[in-house]
Amino acid sequence: MSETAIKKPRPKHLDLIAIRLPLPGIVSILHRVSGAGLFLMLPVLLWLFGSSLASPESAAAAAACIANPFVKLVLFGLLWAYLHHFCAGIRFLFLDIHKGLDLPTARATSWAVLGVSLTLTVLIGAKLFLGGVI
Amino acid sequence: MKSRIVVGAHYGLRDWLAQRVTACVMALFTVIFVVKLLMLPEYTHEAWRAMFAGGFMRFITFLFWLSLFFHAWVGIRDIFMDYIKPVGIRLALHCVVLLLLIGYAGWAAQILWRL
Repeated sequence: MSETAIKKPRPKHLDLIAIRLPLPGIVSILHRVSGAGLFLMLPVLLWLFGSSLASPESAAAAAACIANPFVKLVLFGLLWAYLHHFCAGIRFLFLDIHKGLDLPTARATSWAVLGVSLTLTVLIGAKLFLGGVI
Repeated sequence: MKSRIVVGAHYGLRDWLAQRVTACVMALFTVIFVVKLLMLPEYTHEAWRAMFAGGFMRFITFLFWLSLFFHAWVGIRDIFMDYIKPVGIRLALHCVVLLLLIGYAGWAAQILWRL
């Protein structure tokens, strides 16, 4: 690249409100956000997992905690985070081996990731909710 | 040789590859877990407990948690490298996350082997 090209002032859109991410970019940042959220909630998830297994009493305590509507909402959020991270992760693995790199395919698989993870969240969430698990 | 920063990633393929391998382990476990869950005769505490009590399920569940902690370490470190610029704060955060994840690994072992 020539000197003049480097010195030429370029438009910078570091204002997060002004940046309009393309669709694959949205999937990518949601992958990061969902991963960070899952990491932050690991103690809660481990506690629920441990309590559900340890004894009938501790399982009842975990169930009582889950009965709170706010906790339910958080768990549905984490269910989505897991499913989005799962679907987007599989997409990234394919990109790693150079499958689906062209723009139309990349856009289509991005829509698929968003659609499949949301649909699965609703289906699994409804099954858990109606089955009385959550 | 390029200069290396103390709070950078391991330079090379190792962590990149580890992130992918652990992802595959977790994805595989997730499928096995969902199939086993759907095959449960009833959704009770006893059935849930029995599902994890078998040696194979206990083993792969522990592998899942270990993979998750290793995977989380690589991912969280990437986030810190992107957003946390001061070396001291970044190093402190790396230590906190590493120690947390090692603690979680002990916690997961305790949950599974106290069954």
